[in-house]
Amino acid sequence: MDDLKRLTEAFIFAAASPLSLDRLCQLLECPRPELRAVIEQLQSEYPPSVRGFYLAEVAGGYQFRTAAELGPWLRKLSKERTFRFSPAGLETLAIIAYRQPITRAEIEYLRGVDSGGVMKTLLEKNLLRILGKKDVPGRPLLYGTSRQFLELFGLRDLNDLPTLKEFSALDPELDQAVPLEPERLG
Amino acid sequence: MTIKIHLDNFDGPLDLLLHLINTNEMDIYDIPMVAITEQYLAIIEQMKQLDLDVAGEFLLMAATLIYIKSRTLLPVNEELLEEEEEDPRAELVRRLLEYQRYKQAAISLDQLPQLSRDLFVNQFLDTEILEGDADDEVVVGIYQLAEAFHRLLQSAPTEVFHEVIRESLSVAEYVQNLVERLADGQRRSFRELFPGPLRRDEVVVTFLAMLELVKMRRIKLEQAGEFSEIWLSLAGPVEPLSDVALGEATLGYG
Repeated sequence: MDDLKRLTEAFIFAAASPLSLDRLCQLLECPRPELRAVIEQLQSEYPPSVRGFYLAEVAGGYQFRTAAELGPWLRKLSKERTFRFSPAGLETLAIIAYRQPITRAEIEYLRGVDSGGVMKTLLEKNLLRILGKKDVPGRPLLYGTSRQFLELFGLRDLNDLPTLKEFSALDPELDQAVPLEPERLG
Repeated sequence: MTIKIHLDNFDGPLDLLLHLINTNEMDIYDIPMVAITEQYLAIIEQMKQLDLDVAGEFLLMAATLIYIKSRTLLPVNEELLEEEEEDPRAELVRRLLEYQRYKQAAISLDQLPQLSRDLFVNQFLDTEILEGDADDEVVVGIYQLAEAFHRLLQSAPTEVFHEVIRESLSVAEYVQNLVERLADGQRRSFRELFPGPLRRDEVVVTFLAMLELVKMRRIKLEQAGEFSEIWLSLAGPVEPLSDVALGEATLGYG
């Protein structure tokens, strides 16, 4: 057990991207239930907001991540300037995240502006995926978010997205969080 | 009412409309069409005065607003009222509400701790260096494939199908050539100069060379009658041509 825990810890630590339970089972040649117990133990040993990093569950896998509140300090470490989304980029990403699968025309109707350039940037950043084609005239492409999107925002899956708030600023009566259920990606 | 607006802050017409509704504390479910259309058009006018390119989307929205305004101003037909005609503003309100939702969603998305902005992971093992587990870890979408193909095409050398070589005949060369052929003092016919199959460009250049030599008084031409054979012969003692400036440029064919 101790060896398995050390190995699991080492694998998660050394991997370039979050390691899923299935992948760990494969790597460690170990049945799922046993591994799940090991990971739970590790999670309790690396809880959030105690040490400098914690064991995060993200994009269907496990990864050691530094504590978010230490961000301002840790930013000093990176040579590159921190990437920041433009309002248009975030807006488009939010629409796609909550409404996927969605076509470009639908995005543009929702935003009221041409979104081709913004979408190209998001595609280049690997935050979007093409899910297929919509069965309507013209067969437009359907877009959705990628695994990198989940990794970037530290989400377990799409159900982990913040709930969409109903219009609250102008109508206090509607100030209730209405969960919007995004379709699960295959 | 004058409104101070930072024009570049608006992502689109819906954004601008929402801003107007918020700052004027208008009821989004009962938008005063006359007031909002007026303000919206004033801002578009302002954009034009500032020489900003007013995007088509803003103009389209202006047209939509004017249309809705005109419909709300029309007297309501009592007979048609039974059919419960939808408020002309309904579609716009739906779009605004929907837009507002996603605008807020974007803000809450931005508040999530973001990788490489708020939190970090180790990066000492690059995926490209990792070997052996390429089977299930590589996730490539259509876009990435197309991108890769595009890059490949760009780096591939452009194929040349057929190169057309333009052979330029030099008059100076033919002048030299002509003198050499007449050097033995014999008379030669123009036709005799082309032993092989006739090439149009060659004939032209030889003819030009011939005229040049006449101008230089190096050869004599004889012709019995119109269209008859031209006879060429040296005009005087053979001197080396090299002391005469001979070049395409001096001959005027450069």
